[in-house]
Amino acid sequence: MDMNEIKEIFFQECEEQLAELESGLLALNDGDTDIETVNAVFRAVHSIKGGAGAFGLDDLVGFAHVFETTLDCVRSQTLEPTQDVLKVMLRSADVLADLTAAAREGGSVEAERTAVLAKELEALAKGEALPAAPVAAAPAAAAPPPVVASAEPVSEPTDESGFQPVPFSFDDFSDEEGDVSAPVETTGSESYSNKFTVRFKPRSDLYANGNETVLLLRDLAKLGEMRVRCETDGLPAIDKLDPEGAYLAWLIEISTNSAEDEIRSVFEFAEWDCQLEVTAGEPGVEMPETAAVEEPEDAPMAVVPFDLSLLDDEPAAAEAAAPAETDIAQVTAASGEPADAGQPAPELPAATAAIAANAEKQKAAAVAAVPAAPQTIRVDLDRVDRLINLVGELVINQAMLAQSVVENETGGASAINLGLDELQQLTREIQDSVMAIRAQPVKPVFQRMSRIVREIADMTGKTVRLVTEGENTEVDKTVIDKLAEPLTHMIRNAVDHGLETPEKREAIGKSREGVLRLSAKHRSGRIVIEIADDGAGINRERVRQKAIDNGLITAEQNLPDEEIDNLIFHPGFSTAEKLSDISGRGVGMDVVKRSIQSLGGRINITSTPGKGSIFTMSLPLTLAVLDGMVVTVAGQTLVVPLTAIVETLQPEKQDIHSFGSNQRLIAIRDTFCPLVDVGHILRFRPHYADPVEGVALLVESEGGGQRALMVDAIQGQRQVVIKSLEANYTSVPGIAAATILGDGRVALILDVDSVVAASRGQSMRGEMSLAAAG
Amino acid sequence: MMKKKVLTVDDSRTIRNMLLVTLNNAGFETVQAEDGVEGLEVLEESDPDVIVTDINMPRLDGFGFIEGVRRNDRYRAIPILVLTTESDPEKKNRAREAGATGWIVKPFDPTKLIAAIERVTA
Repeated sequence: MDMNEIKEIFFQECEEQLAELESGLLALNDGDTDIETVNAVFRAVHSIKGGAGAFGLDDLVGFAHVFETTLDCVRSQTLEPTQDVLKVMLRSADVLADLTAAAREGGSVEAERTAVLAKELEALAKGEALPAAPVAAAPAAAAPPPVVASAEPVSEPTDESGFQPVPFSFDDFSDEEGDVSAPVETTGSESYSNKFTVRFKPRSDLYANGNETVLLLRDLAKLGEMRVRCETDGLPAIDKLDPEGAYLAWLIEISTNSAEDEIRSVFEFAEWDCQLEVTAGEPGVEMPETAAVEEPEDAPMAVVPFDLSLLDDEPAAAEAAAPAETDIAQVTAASGEPADAGQPAPELPAATAAIAANAEKQKAAAVAAVPAAPQTIRVDLDRVDRLINLVGELVINQAMLAQSVVENETGGASAINLGLDELQQLTREIQDSVMAIRAQPVKPVFQRMSRIVREIADMTGKTVRLVTEGENTEVDKTVIDKLAEPLTHMIRNAVDHGLETPEKREAIGKSREGVLRLSAKHRSGRIVIEIADDGAGINRERVRQKAIDNGLITAEQNLPDEEIDNLIFHPGFSTAEKLSDISGRGVGMDVVKRSIQSLGGRINITSTPGKGSIFTMSLPLTLAVLDGMVVTVAGQTLVVPLTAIVETLQPEKQDIHSFGSNQRLIAIRDTFCPLVDVGHILRFRPHYADPVEGVALLVESEGGGQRALMVDAIQGQRQVVIKSLEANYTSVPGIAAATILGDGRVALILDVDSVVAASRGQSMRGEMSLAAAG
Repeated sequence: MMKKKVLTVDDSRTIRNMLLVTLNNAGFETVQAEDGVEGLEVLEESDPDVIVTDINMPRLDGFGFIEGVRRNDRYRAIPILVLTTESDPEKKNRAREAGATGWIVKPFDPTKLIAAIERVTA
């Protein structure tokens, strides 16, 4: 793995964190007061900051830091997450998302926008004059990471290198590989500009935290030339000696070029657990000439032998010292460490025990508080798709097998038939399960919409509340990926054109805040997404007038309300008096409709004047399989997507009307609908077939109009596995994709819109509008 | 010499991967955990020589994790380095009280990280 891959992981993770952030903030906005929600929000920003720092993404780090600081105030309950506060935070989340995107794709975010929000966040953090606020200022100092730490080698029997405390000399204070020559002797003291006296007396906590005197001294030795004197005055008689106690103090004289800060930073992490005095100048007491410690003649008898050789910096002398076992004991005693870890551990000091008890409680609480999260694994999408493809083949094979068994008529309830039934059931189950792997909740897309709503609300000066329902409704990933765009258009449209301004709403007795309801649910094997606003509803008079002006309908035509409403899906239709930059010129509801249809979906609008509009779209749960009507046209087998078919009918002779050279209409109830001969359009046959001998499939096409597709016969309805034609052959006008039927024949899946367009005299679109999964 | 084993506990995949690469390149063996709870589990299984942990994590944070480690007699003295973006003295102190050995502020400098780990495991 290289850094670029890790960076990609980082950005993926950012996406997840941003989603987490937004959903958390929205939950808080909805009155969620769970501290875990706040924590999760905080962690999301914190995590982004951490990763961004690792890649030197300074803009991102800077903003995340300010954001995090403010969130920390919420976390420490010094800042109440009111609606106003959350509004700022939601916008900050947007900026954070933009900064992330900018970092990922290159590009930049308006510095001003970032700066303004950063100011607002800072104001929030400071606004309450919190004691916790200084947290904000602290990290700016960016001190070099002061790591002063050490292990207790004795407790790590597996660590070979950690178990070599003998001989104990300053040479050992240097790193293994490195500067053996660095300490003490090598540099003349005249080259040092500063001289400090350090008095260091560890408390036993120091050792409890895995620190060790010898390693602190080793670090210190790196800063210059030093002499050390061990003060043993505090040592009790051996019978009073607590093996976990800390009795020794160290007086160090150091000549160095480092400043006092650097001296202190060596002890930074130990400073809570020791007494530390750093003073300029020489110590008032006599120091040993080398690092060796004076003979502690006055020390308590029992401990005297321990101290002497330990800090002897003459390696030769040290090596000549006592056998290893003794030396281990010496080091142990000298550094005040707990005794041999192999022994049963002595009782913990009260404080440690309390912490331990706390930790246990906290852990238990933490574990209890978390409902067992479902275990997940990350799988490459390609692998899933491969599996789906294979299952598709399996389904086809199973169907073929079933058909050949039927054709061979092995007779009634034979074992083969029973086995085949079971196989069919299993195959279907496998197929459903595999499809479910790709299924994902619509939540991320819905979350993106809340941002869209915020942006447009800001641009238009409207106050909008987005309510989402059914965010956990699952649908195939490919559908999700293609959902965002039409949804964005519809949401924009709803806020821009649907909702009234706050003033107008107030004037007509509505609340100032408009409500946009975005919901998802499963209905009969499809996902149904609704966008409902409580705005003005469609102005039918205006729509009608515009349709007349544009020549879509005639002034005489008397259309039912519903049809007028659906006129807005006509290409190029826009009723807004001035085109705002939000809805944009040329991108109308027709585009939305087309993109939804290309997913095998339908869209519909119902509107109540003064009460609002509801856009309803229904989409297939997957793009890998399709419910189709299998039909015969000029000897060919075709599949027509069931979603496109409104109804099927058997034309009677008196229903067929011709006009012009080759235009024919079919009367359906009280309207006329153009007939489209599929066989002729696709050039399966040169002449028109007699409609009376065929079947008409009434379809709803792109333009909103209906057409009757003439086919020769209907074979039946079937779920088919979609195979890409482009991937396996080449793009064919009028054909969306292909499939393999039970009898092994390839059947083409009709691209209804393209065929209808061709019937209007337009050329068939070359592009395939049905996404193919195979 | 046996490879030293480092347990890294961090909820960020990014950081975990960076640590993995950094530590592996430096000749360490690495085991990972996503949060404190997992960290305590992995600790038992993997018996590391040194721990590098984050503070802000779901389920069980770094403080709780460190306390949990120290409560285990076997790991009372294992070096625990805290790797975090926080440099708040109060937080440091809490980590300290919990039993942390050292404190490294992210973004970590790989050289310094390695140096720190080598120092505490020497």
